[in-house]
Amino acid sequence: MFARDAALAALLVCFASFDGAAAQTANQPPDTMAARVEACTPCHGNKGEGTSDVYFPRLAGKPAGYLYNQLLAFRGGRRKYPPMNYLLEFLPDPYLEAMAEYFASEHPPLPQPAPSEVSKDVLAQGELLATSGDANRSIPACVSCHGPGLTGMQPGIPGLLGLRAAYVSAQLGAWRYGTRTAKSPDCMQLVAGHLTEADVTAVAAWLATRPAPANPAPVPKGTYALPFGCGSQPN
Amino acid sequence: MGLKLSIALLALVAFTTAARAQEKTGDKTSDIVARGEYLARAGDCTACHTAAEGRLFAGARPMPTPFGTIYTSNITPDPETGIGKWSADDFYRTMHNGRFPDGGLIYPAMPFASYTKVTRADSDAIFAYLRSIPPVNQKNKPHELRFPYDNRQLILGWRTLFFSEGEFKPDPGKSAEWNRGAYLVEGLGHCGMCHSPINALGGTSQSDAFKGGLIPMQNWYAPSLTSNREAGLGDWSIKDITDLLQTGVSARGVVYGPMAEVVHNSLQYLDDADTKAMALYLKGIAEASSPPPASSALPNTESSLLISLGKTVYDKNCASCHGTQGEGKPPHWPPLANNQSIEMQSAVNPIRMVLNGGYPPGTKGNPMPYGMPPFAGLLSDNEVAAVVSYIRTAWGNRGTPVSAREANELRSAPLN
Ligand code: HEC
Ligand code: HEC
Ligand code: HEC
Ligand code: HEC
Ligand code: HEC
Repeated sequence: MFARDAALAALLVCFASFDGAAAQTANQPPDTMAARVEACTPCHGNKGEGTSDVYFPRLAGKPAGYLYNQLLAFRGGRRKYPPMNYLLEFLPDPYLEAMAEYFASEHPPLPQPAPSEVSKDVLAQGELLATSGDANRSIPACVSCHGPGLTGMQPGIPGLLGLRAAYVSAQLGAWRYGTRTAKSPDCMQLVAGHLTEADVTAVAAWLATRPAPANPAPVPKGTYALPFGCGSQPN
Repeated sequence: MGLKLSIALLALVAFTTAARAQEKTGDKTSDIVARGEYLARAGDCTACHTAAEGRLFAGARPMPTPFGTIYTSNITPDPETGIGKWSADDFYRTMHNGRFPDGGLIYPAMPFASYTKVTRADSDAIFAYLRSIPPVNQKNKPHELRFPYDNRQLILGWRTLFFSEGEFKPDPGKSAEWNRGAYLVEGLGHCGMCHSPINALGGTSQSDAFKGGLIPMQNWYAPSLTSNREAGLGDWSIKDITDLLQTGVSARGVVYGPMAEVVHNSLQYLDDADTKAMALYLKGIAEASSPPPASSALPNTESSLLISLGKTVYDKNCASCHGTQGEGKPPHWPPLANNQSIEMQSAVNPIRMVLNGGYPPGTKGNPMPYGMPPFAGLLSDNEVAAVVSYIRTAWGNRGTPVSAREANELRSAPLN
């Protein structure tokens, strides 16, 4: 433990002096987070607003704790996307936390909802699942965790608005097949495990048609109780 | 974020650490344990013996080899599944001679061919440290090696060809500092395991030590540490070398790929004296004269077309960080002009750098490194070949152009 503490102390010293020594010289890159995350922005957008690729998610404005959990999961290989697993492999926790804080504090406008390619019936099924769930099949309503306005809750629950249908169904699929896992108990795995292929299509499509809410910010921690425990959301 | 809190914590940690250090003086066992921990860092045991997010030194990390997958061992002091029943003699035998306590042969994926140079005193210190860490009860995973490599007797043949047992012998004609550097590089650092050509038998011969080679399965080229045309550090200043080893970045270039792992888990923890000794030794083994520049493998008109497309791609995608003249903003945005690591005959590394991007490792000296985006999804094979050809030949660089086929082949290289 001794050397571990010493290493941590040293890391924090450097971390502190790094921010403090803002002395900027012409032949140094800007001493900002924006310059440090330039490796991320071709895929996620300059302010984390997302790009035209439907599988590249928006990061801006999501709860910092949620984003940090994702970065830890990518670094540890619990969530897989090789280009990102590779980039993060040797970055220390405090730096990942700083990246998460950076994207959480950006607020570019949410995109316009995309016109849907599925039928009215399918959308209605999606809305039902999201807002009421299906007690007979042990599917809780998505709003019971993601919030009545679907804007998420600090620190660990993301909002579900402003995401594209292709991305949402890929994520639900990843949970079903075990290539995405979250901190245990992994409540999303339980939820996704009860969904059929058709449910996934429906709920992803309906979510993508929702207009941007007036206030997209995640609600404060403890605003409502979850139907069951989630490792990502300490209580 | 909680920076203020971190600083407050830091003061506390620094204080308690100092206090604990005080308590320790005079206590001999804990001195040995602390030294053993330091030496285990120098040997980078954790890179192989700790799985991703796994318990420290509990093993089970898969190591892909051309012969199948090997799983590393649990080296925690658990008596049942680890090395809790081992004696210091048993442990020295593994490090020095590559054998289990019962005499069984150990696969050379465990770098005993380098560790054989480690002194008995250092081996004992590492053993004392390993005895002090929390035991983890976790059975070793059986290797998944193809026939006939699953037969450990084959290791005998390998040993005859490639293994010479023996502790490091200092060169009396050199300074103590040089010898210390040599001991660390050739022994615990096991730098030769990657930086030497690997032949079809998975062996490296003594006479080719540090001559550079492609790492099997990973598709990264570990450059020669003796040729100044590759990673030979003959004309680097000692400060640039120590910066590179300790922080991962320097005015001359940065580390990436498997070398980022080495700096992250091992080299950043070495103290200033040891780092300087290694730098001195590495500078010393670089051969004075460099071989003549290689000639281009591509026909001339084709390569000049490539290079002019390359300049267009470069000015649009790369110049904002690496500068229009390849000058960069060192150390964070590395210079590409006069950068040995992109001029080498093997173009594997610069091609992969463009495809995969990367961050240097976060280290004590550089905790928030700057990064480079991956261009795999943004540039075609032809554009990748063009921009790599351009940076290898512009600004007086003496590399050769590369083909779109080479770029294409590396798209499927593993990313871990
Ligand atoms: C090559 C494109 C690419 C690059 C570069 C990239 N990402 Fe990603 N990122 C993705 C994709 C694709 C996903 C979704 C992966 C999946 O399917 O799980 C993702 C997911 C994420 C997530 C999870 C988002 C969520 O809502 O769950 C975070 C956080 C993230 N990236 C941060 C970063 C950071 C920070 C960087 C730079 C260090 C970065 N990314 C670089 C493509 C990229
Ligand atoms: C029991 C609480 C709970 C319920 C019910 C729930 N979720 Fe989640 N959801 C979470 C948590 C917690 C996370 C964050 C997991 C993590 O840290 O990776 C999450 C994450 C997600 C994500 C990932 C978002 C992103 O940006 O990558 C999607 C998509 C998602 N949930 C969709 C749904 C849908 C659709 C439903 C309803 C069918 C639902 N969730 C119901 C708790 C819940
Ligand atoms: C490049 C990867 C690598 C590194 C670095 C490495 N080891 Fe190993 N080690 C292995 C592998 C693989 C095995 C299993 C070999 C076998 O089964 O024949 C092993 C086996 C061992 C064993 C035998 C344990 C048993 O019961 O199987 C010991 C002890 C050991 N290593 C100690 C160390 C120490 C101490 C260090 C650092 C000084 C170290 N290793 C560094 C790969 C590595
Ligand atoms: C956002 C800034 C940025 C951009 C844009 C960028 N790079 Fe980089 N480049 C870096 C950083 C930071 C590193 C160090 C990465 C590492 O160590 O993993 C680097 C490393 C390199 C290296 C390895 C240098 C060495 O010392 O061995 C090469 C080669 C390279 N870049 C080429 C390119 C090319 C070609 C492009 C354009 C297609 C490009 N880069 C675009 C920031 C950038
Ligand atoms: C796991 C394999 C591996 C091990 C072990 C390893 N290296 Fe490397 N090293 C590489 C690779 C691959 C590169 C090329 C990438 C780069 O330049 O960072 C490299 C590059 C280098 C460079 C050139 C960096 C530059 O910018 O030109 C130096 C110097 C170096 N290694 C020194 C060492 C020393 C000293 C050790 C032992 C303490 C060591 N390496 C151990 C794989 C390894």
